[in-house]
Amino acid sequence: MKSHLISAGDLSRDDALLILDTAEELARVSERSIKKLPTLRGRTVVNLFFEDSTRTRISFEAAAKRLSADVINFSAKGSSVSKGESLKDTALTLEAMGADAVVIRHPASGAPHRLATWVRGSVVNAGDGTHEHPTQALLDAFSMRRRLGRLEGLKVAVVGDVLHSRVARSNVLLLHTLGAEVTLVAPPTLLPVSVETWPCQVSYDLDAVLPKSDVVMMLRVQLERMNAAYFPSAREYSRRYGLDRDRFARLHDDAIVMHPGPMNRGMEISAEVADSRRSTVTEQVANGVTVRMAVLYLLLGGSEPAIGGAE
Amino acid sequence: MSDARNQARAVLEGPDIHRALTRIAHEILERTKGAQSVVLLGIPTRGATLARRIAERIAQFEGVKVPVGAIDITMYRDDLRMRPARPLGRTELPAEGVDGRTVVLVDDVLYSGRTVRAALDALNDVGRPRAVQLATLVDRGHRELPIRADYVGKNLPTSKTEKVKVFLEETDGRDAVVLIREDAARDTQHSGDSKEDAR
Amino acid sequence: MSPGGTAKRETGHVTGHVTGPETERDNERDAGETGPRGRAVTTVLIRRARVLGGEPRDILIRDGVVAELGDLSGTAAGLTVDADGLIALPGLVDLHTHLREPGREDAETVETGTQAAAVGGYTAVHAMANTSPVADTAGVVEQVWRLGRQYGHCDVQPVGAVTSGLEGRQLAELGAMADSAARVRVFSDDGKCVSDAVLMRRALEYVKAFGGVVAQHAQEPRLTEGAQLNEGEVSGRLGLTGWPAVAEEAIIARDCLLAAHVGSRLHVCHVSTAGSVEIIRWAKSKGWDVTAEVTPHHLLLTDAFAESSPLGPYNPIYKVNPPLRTQDDVRALREALADGTIDCVATDHAPHPVEDKETEWGAAAMGMIGLETALSVVQEAMVETGLLDWAGVADRMSVRPARIGRLAAHGRPIEPGAPANITLYDPSARQPVDPGSMASRSRNTPYEGMTLPGRVVATFLRGTPTVLEGKLV
Repeated sequence: MKSHLISAGDLSRDDALLILDTAEELARVSERSIKKLPTLRGRTVVNLFFEDSTRTRISFEAAAKRLSADVINFSAKGSSVSKGESLKDTALTLEAMGADAVVIRHPASGAPHRLATWVRGSVVNAGDGTHEHPTQALLDAFSMRRRLGRLEGLKVAVVGDVLHSRVARSNVLLLHTLGAEVTLVAPPTLLPVSVETWPCQVSYDLDAVLPKSDVVMMLRVQLERMNAAYFPSAREYSRRYGLDRDRFARLHDDAIVMHPGPMNRGMEISAEVADSRRSTVTEQVANGVTVRMAVLYLLLGGSEPAIGGAE
Repeated sequence: MSDARNQARAVLEGPDIHRALTRIAHEILERTKGAQSVVLLGIPTRGATLARRIAERIAQFEGVKVPVGAIDITMYRDDLRMRPARPLGRTELPAEGVDGRTVVLVDDVLYSGRTVRAALDALNDVGRPRAVQLATLVDRGHRELPIRADYVGKNLPTSKTEKVKVFLEETDGRDAVVLIREDAARDTQHSGDSKEDAR
Repeated sequence: MSPGGTAKRETGHVTGHVTGPETERDNERDAGETGPRGRAVTTVLIRRARVLGGEPRDILIRDGVVAELGDLSGTAAGLTVDADGLIALPGLVDLHTHLREPGREDAETVETGTQAAAVGGYTAVHAMANTSPVADTAGVVEQVWRLGRQYGHCDVQPVGAVTSGLEGRQLAELGAMADSAARVRVFSDDGKCVSDAVLMRRALEYVKAFGGVVAQHAQEPRLTEGAQLNEGEVSGRLGLTGWPAVAEEAIIARDCLLAAHVGSRLHVCHVSTAGSVEIIRWAKSKGWDVTAEVTPHHLLLTDAFAESSPLGPYNPIYKVNPPLRTQDDVRALREALADGTIDCVATDHAPHPVEDKETEWGAAAMGMIGLETALSVVQEAMVETGLLDWAGVADRMSVRPARIGRLAAHGRPIEPGAPANITLYDPSARQPVDPGSMASRSRNTPYEGMTLPGRVVATFLRGTPTVLEGKLV
C-alpha cells in the first residue's frame, strides 16, 4: 500500500489532528539539548527540489535528520534534470536508490501526483506549482493552535494572491476540515473564477474583514503580477491590501498575524507589523520543522502510513 | 464475549495493588536513603499514573517531595515497523531534570524487557542520571533482554499465550490486574494501551 | 477503379486475407483487376446489412460502385460478407486529422494514420497542415496526398495552411494549393488561431475564388497564455492556468461577422463550449454560411477527468486543445449536433508519442487520438441517448463533412451508382478500449480503461475492403 501527503484535502479531521498532536509532542523534543530521535534510522528520505526553496528544503532536511533518516538532496539545478531528463526518469532513479519517501517541490501543479504513480515510496508535496503546499498549511494550523489555543470556530483571513497561491489552497482545505472559518481577501483579479465553490468566504475589502478576524495571513505578492495587469501598481496594491500599522491597529487584541515567507516588507506587510509580537513569522519557521517531523514519522514510522491519501 | 469474560481472571484487586505500591514506596525509601535525589519517571500511560501514586506515598511516609515525570518511549521502540505509526505519549520531565539523579523508571507490567530497553535509550537522550532503577507493578517473566526490576509489586507466573492487563482508577475507572487467556486475549487486544503488544 | 489500383505495397504489410468462401477464390484470381490492397476483387456481396439502421438488405458492389440493393441471395460474388445484424453507413469522413507526416513520424505516419482511419470506419480524412515542414505549399500538400494514394487505406485530402509557416503573418499560397493535384479546398492554421482580424478577413475573401473554406481554430491567444485546463471549478482547485470559454467564443463571434461581411464560407473547428454553440446558432439563423464541427471527446468527456479518472489525477492523457469543458458544455454540444447547429463530428485525431504524455501536466503535449474510437463514442453520446438515429450519424459523420470538404466521391447515399464507400458497424458489441491494440502509432487515447459500445466490422473504399472482421486487410 502506498500513501502520500499531496493535498491537504487528503487529510481527514482525525488525520490532521493526529499530525498536530504528534507535532505538539515533538515540539518538546526540539526544546531539549539532544534533538535527535532514532525513529527513522535506516529510512531514506529524498528531497527532490525542482524549484529553489532553501527554506522549505532545509526545514524538511532538519525534520528528517532529527528522526535519524538518511537524507538525499536532489536539486534540479546542475543535475541531469536540467539536461532534459524527464520527471519519470528521475522518479525511476530514486526508486532504484530505495527512497522510502520523496519530498518534492515542483513548478508544475500536479507533479507530485504524477510522481506517486511512478515510485513506491511515500510522496510528500512540498509545493507544486499553484496547486498546494500541505505541510505549510499544517504548520500554519499548528502555529494558530499554539497561539490561540483552538482552531474550531477561529476566523482566519487569507489575504493576497490567492489565484497563484498553493498556500491559500491548502489552508482553505485544511482549516475547513479543522472547523475554522476562512475568508479570502484579494482584488478580484487575484481570485480564481470559481472561488465561490470553495469552502470559505470571499471579500474584496480588507478593512471590512480585519476587525472580525482572529488570524490574518498575508500571502506573498510577486511583483511580476503587476506586469501581467493583475493590479495597477505596487503602491495601489499595498494601499488597498497591505497590512500596515493603521490596519494592524484595527485588529482585536488577541488577533495574530501570519506570513508563510518570504515577505515583501513594505508591500503586503509593513516591517513593524512583521516584527511585532503578534506576528508568528519566526515561530512558523520553527514549527515547520516540528510539523514535518510529525508528517514523516506518521508516514514512515510504522509498517504502513497512519495518515494521508492512497494513490 | 461471555467466553472472554470466563477466561479473564483478576489476579490483583484494588487493595492488593494499594499494598504493592505501598511496599514499593517503602523499598525505594530504604534503598535510596530516604529518596535522596530520586526522580520517578513513569512510562505512559499507566506507568506514569503508578509513578504519581508512588510519589504520593513517599510524601505521606516521609514528607519528601519526590519529582515525578513521564518518559514516552514510542519513538525508541524496536517494533515500530510491525504496526502502523502510533500516536505519541507525553514526555514530561520535572524541572530538576535527571542529570546526576537516581531515576526510578516505573511501568505497569515487565515482560520481554523491550519497553524498558527503549526507555533507557529515551532517557539517554534527555540527560545523564547517576543511576537508573526499575519499578514494576507486575513482573510476568519471559524476559528477552538482560533486564531485571529493582522493585516488583507482584511476580506473576504466566504462559506466553496469556496477556496481562492492568486497570487503574485514573484511566480505567477501577484498580485491577487481569490475566487473560489466549482466545480472550485476542478479543481484547485492541483495547489495550499502545505498549500492550510488546508484552 | 480506385486510384490506388496502380499503387504497390510491400506485401509484408498486408495483414489479412479475404474471408470469402473457398469456392470463390478462383473467381477472385480471375477477376483481372487489382484493388489497392493488391488483391483482386470485382464484386462484393454484403448480405443482410441494415442500411442506416433500416431493414436488412443485400448490397452488391461491382467495380467499386454500388450496383444493386435488395434481396440478392444466390448472387455470385468475389467476396461475400455476412452483415447480419450490422449497420451499413456511408464511409466516414473526417474533417480534422493529424497524420504528423512529414516531420513527426515518431507519432504517426500517413500509413499508420490512415490504417487507424480505416479501422475506425473512415474512407476519407482531411490531413491537417501543422506538419514539419508545414503544408503551406503545393509541394507539401501533393506529397501528403500522394502518400495517401500510395497506401490506399483511405483517401487523404490535405488541408492547406492559411498562413505561411502557421505564423499568422502572411497568407500561404492558397491558390497554388487549390490548383495542385491535391485540389485543396479546406484551409486551416489548426493548432494556432488566425487571430489577426485583417488576415482572417483576407483569407475568407481570397478562398472564395476556388470555393475554399477557412477552418478556424478559435483561440484568442492573449486570453490563453499558458492555459492548461478549462477555466472553472476544476482548474481553480487544481491550480492549473485557466482556459476561458470566452477565448473561443470571442473569435467565433468575430469570424462569423467577418464571414458575413465578406460573404464567404467559415468552418469552425472543434467547438467546445455552450457559448460557441449559441453564437453559431445565431449566425446560422442569419443565413450566414457557417459550419462547425465537434470532436468525439468533447461529446463525452469533461474537465473533471483531470481531477479524478481511472488513470489518476493530473493525467495529461486528458490534456487537449481546446480543453475538455463542463457537463453543461457537453450537453449543449450534444444538442447542437442533434439539431444540426453543429454540422459534423471531426476527430481532431492528434497522436503523440508516449514520452510527450508521460510527464507532469504542464509539460505534456496537447491532443488525443480518436479515429478508432469516434464511431463508438458517437454511439455512446448520441445514439444511446436517443439524440441521433443511424441516419443522423451517417449525416454528421459522412454526408456533411464530405460536403464541407467538397469531396464529391464521399458522403453519398448507399444506392446504385454511388461510389461504394461503406462502413459496416456492429452496434451490439461492447469492448474495453485497449491502447495497445490500436492501429495508430500512438497510444494517447483518453478512453483507456473504459468500455465503449460498437465495433467497426468492415470498411470498403470504392468497393475494396480495407477492413474485414475488424482487422486491417
